[in-house]
Amino acid sequence: MSSIEEIQKGLAEIVEEVAGVAADDVSVDKSFVDDLDIDSLSMVEIAVQAEDKFGVKIPDDELANLKTVGDAVNYIASNA
Amino acid sequence: MTTNDVVVTGLGATTPLGGDVESTWEGLLAGRSGIAPLEFDWVEKFELPAKIAAQLAVEPTETLPRVEARRLDRCEQVAMVAARQAWADSGHSEDTVDLERLGVVIGTGIGGAITLLHQDDLLETAGLRKVSPLTVPMLMPNGPAAHVGLDLKARAGVHAPVSACASGAEALAWAWRMLRSGEADVVVAGGAEACITAIPVAGFCQARTMSTRNDDPTRASRPFDIGRDGFVLGEGAGIMVLERADFAAARGAKVYGRLAGIGTSSDGYHITAADPEGIGQSRAIAAALRNAGVDPIDIGHVNCHATSTPVGDVIEPQAVRRAIGDHPVLTAPKGNLGHLLGAAGAVEAIATVLSIRDSVIPATLNLENLDPKVQLDVVSGEPRKMHLTAAVNNSFGFGGHNVSLVFTSA
Repeated sequence: MSSIEEIQKGLAEIVEEVAGVAADDVSVDKSFVDDLDIDSLSMVEIAVQAEDKFGVKIPDDELANLKTVGDAVNYIASNA
Repeated sequence: MTTNDVVVTGLGATTPLGGDVESTWEGLLAGRSGIAPLEFDWVEKFELPAKIAAQLAVEPTETLPRVEARRLDRCEQVAMVAARQAWADSGHSEDTVDLERLGVVIGTGIGGAITLLHQDDLLETAGLRKVSPLTVPMLMPNGPAAHVGLDLKARAGVHAPVSACASGAEALAWAWRMLRSGEADVVVAGGAEACITAIPVAGFCQARTMSTRNDDPTRASRPFDIGRDGFVLGEGAGIMVLERADFAAARGAKVYGRLAGIGTSSDGYHITAADPEGIGQSRAIAAALRNAGVDPIDIGHVNCHATSTPVGDVIEPQAVRRAIGDHPVLTAPKGNLGHLLGAAGAVEAIATVLSIRDSVIPATLNLENLDPKVQLDVVSGEPRKMHLTAAVNNSFGFGGHNVSLVFTSA
């Protein structure tokens, strides 16, 4: 089980790899779409990589609810 | 020049001879070859008879940002690189043209084959989850046009003609029609191809169209030479910025030359072989001359499609003689470049424009013994200095597609 900090750091690395957003900018209060300019195609890539990295399942209907980085970190922490 | 004329105001390319137009043109004039052995493991694995290709001189990832590159198939990457060069060269920006009057037409012969094959491998080995959500936009043959259109925010129409090895030339023809009909003021047009991977090579080998002169790569592509044994697969992109002459004049644009006329036809003969008498090809040339309002006697030069195949190379000269006459001086750049398929027509159109601008015709690389069936003057050995006011560029594709372009001086 990863800590909240480890999840946030690992997620930020994925977002940087997929979408080119600097990891330091991937903070919990940021919206994937509105703040980080990440489109739906990249969100699918990010979700698949997060599933592999954290050993969690992110079904499509859950993915749609993950609006902010914080939403994703909390979901992963609760379901990993 | 009338207001309805179409002029060339920007050029961009990335080819086996260089990462831009200047290095490509310098390579053609210097007689350099872009052909080398293929180092991929699939060449030996599948015992492919053709073990050589004309690969890019400069990897597109050297100039494209990393995240942008990972969202693009290789054929989209080369289109983007060449289009940005052409756009910068034209002096245009978002402010110099109403975006609703800006079009994009970029053709490809094969499209995103590398993506299709790679994603199929992932599906087979790792399952659905590993298939990229970008698979379809990366493999679709309108991908190069769509990405360039998006990059430029072009809103007059984005199109992607697909006619095998005539695609790049067909894109320029389509752009000419858009400009002449008044649908757009500026059109970014050309061709892109990057499909050097196992199945296209295997397929072309099985069709017995490729050179197997593997022990002598730089001499393998030899258009019009008696010893030619097939084409060499290449990759790259060529893009032109075309615009209405009055529009270019009003903004004080530098003008390379005029795309004076275009002609297209179809053979209705065979799916891969050209009509052996070149009737369809000569009809395309004649139509281009008619559209251009240029007298055949004024055509000093033909930049030929000649791919170095035993059958194809002797057909085009017949078409040239029938439609133009015995006087044009010929060259065939595929000796240097290999065959860039859907990008070939666009890259070679750029060479044609530069021949007129610089009054010089590059030599046909490796033309040592002219096939006696080619009863025309083909430049070999050294480039030929020659004042040109008008020249023709031909492109023909599997399916019997024929496209001929007439360029004239500025």
